[in-house]
Amino acid sequence: MGMTMTQKILAHAAGLESVKAGELIQAKLDIVMGNDITTAVAIPEFKKTGAKDVFDKEKVVIVLDHFTPNKDIKAAEQCKCSREFAFDKDIKNFFDVGEMGIEHALLPEKGIVVPGDVIIGADSHTCTYGALGAFSTGIGSTDMAIGMATGEAWFKVPSAIKFNIVGKMPKNVSGKDVILHIIGLIGVDGALYKSMEFVGEGIKEISMDGRFTIANMAIEAGAKNGIFPVDDLTIEYVKEHSNKDYKVFEADEDAEYEAEYTIDLSTLRPTVAFPHLPENTKTVDEAGDIKIDQVVIGSCTNGRFEDMKIAADILRGRHVAKGVRTIVIPATQQIYLDCIKAGYVEDIIKAGAIFSTPTCGPCLGGHMGILAKGERCVSTTNRNFVGRMGHVESEVYLASPAVAAASAITGKITDPDKLEVIE
Amino acid sequence: MEAKGRVFKYGDNVDTDVIIPARYLNVSTGEELAKYCMIDIDADFVNKVQKGDIIVAKKNFGCGSSREHAPLAIKCAGVSCVIASTFARIFYRNAINIGLPILECDEASEDIEEGNEVSIDFTTGIITNITKNKTYQAQAFPPFIQKIMENDGLVEYTKKKIGD
Repeated sequence: MGMTMTQKILAHAAGLESVKAGELIQAKLDIVMGNDITTAVAIPEFKKTGAKDVFDKEKVVIVLDHFTPNKDIKAAEQCKCSREFAFDKDIKNFFDVGEMGIEHALLPEKGIVVPGDVIIGADSHTCTYGALGAFSTGIGSTDMAIGMATGEAWFKVPSAIKFNIVGKMPKNVSGKDVILHIIGLIGVDGALYKSMEFVGEGIKEISMDGRFTIANMAIEAGAKNGIFPVDDLTIEYVKEHSNKDYKVFEADEDAEYEAEYTIDLSTLRPTVAFPHLPENTKTVDEAGDIKIDQVVIGSCTNGRFEDMKIAADILRGRHVAKGVRTIVIPATQQIYLDCIKAGYVEDIIKAGAIFSTPTCGPCLGGHMGILAKGERCVSTTNRNFVGRMGHVESEVYLASPAVAAASAITGKITDPDKLEVIE
Repeated sequence: MEAKGRVFKYGDNVDTDVIIPARYLNVSTGEELAKYCMIDIDADFVNKVQKGDIIVAKKNFGCGSSREHAPLAIKCAGVSCVIASTFARIFYRNAINIGLPILECDEASEDIEEGNEVSIDFTTGIITNITKNKTYQAQAFPPFIQKIMENDGLVEYTKKKIGD
């Protein structure tokens, strides 16, 4: 029996001819990553192992992105602990304020992750790098600690669900709508413990930034990882960003899948996940009259250059509705600079929105946009759980940058196609 | 290894944000995190929970973020075991890695009610509902995971392995 793309990468990393679903393996790691919140818990565990040094100074990555720039004294203490550890262990890929960006946008941009890699990250959205044809999965702080000490991790080899992407992407539909549609279809545990493998002709319709968005939210369907095949677009991206050697793996033709779905892009509409689960999806046409207090455009899901462009194109020459706090957050310093060069920052500020330094801040209710009781936010982030962005009685509606920007203009959930045309 | 306690019962998709909201993630010790355990789903939980008590929930318990703070908060609040129909995979891994016993059992997850007195035998995987005088068979851990649990988590297990 053949192997899925994920299984092939895992077999290679475990030094095995082949693996099958359910098998427990020990795999070598190419990257072990953590952020300010999870590294703080991993460091004492690392010390307990008795390891003197990390397994490889180039392969451990620490990004201080969640509660930074430090939101309060306790957050500052946590960052200090990671910073001291990074300097003490001479960790080459340590990113602090000034260099840091949101980890899952930063690592591909810096060329730290490439096709064929096996990556663990103490952050659930580590599955993002599957867009590059890597095996990449979220783990906790103890796994990070052991990964830093040994360069290895145990995995149960996952089975897979295949998503055959066909058709052409309509106007104002993007990667976010594709993944929200899929999560709506299979549910928040629809891919529990499994791989989501995206294949098919339609993939060439999806930009690299769109693929990152799709792989990023595989965890919201419970998946272990989401993965795309490596094509010309991937290679072009990798060559532009990295000097690392990469390996291209392909699923066997006779690979076994637990289920298969066909997703016809041409039938998709801008999609919104209503509170309080990412599976509660409706098309924007079914959304009804939902008045909002805040819009957030950013995060590891939708803070990339393409997302900023989509937001700027809609905000340009318009103004956000009175009373709608509109917070735009580019995911990295490079994206920030590119937005300045492209004139987007001016468009966004003139529209009455703010343009912030990179941070995960509001997505997880950390800082930079906390919601009060009863407030509603349209957000391009990834979770709309109870209390996710603030008060337990606040509400988060997940959407694409296009829907979020359009909603900021009107003050309610809005189809970008329905905005008044401006000269 | 055994556990015995009263049950706190919850539904589907209990996520890590309600187990321990991000506003408390600027601290990282189990003792401090335990003060806010379950606060956004059951504000009174920390006042009611006693050492040994058991959480029973339905499907996809612990979905969401990779924060190990979630199983840590539960363990340090005194909870002796979490039983659910299914667990989200990162939570499952984290719970094992820090030595918080968790069991998957559809029948127990369905039948056990809030306030029931329950005991668990981890070697056999048998869950006994003392209140209802019923037993349920949970899936036992694979041998590899049993070894991690026997060593009270992955760190001690790895320490021994490095030492060998």
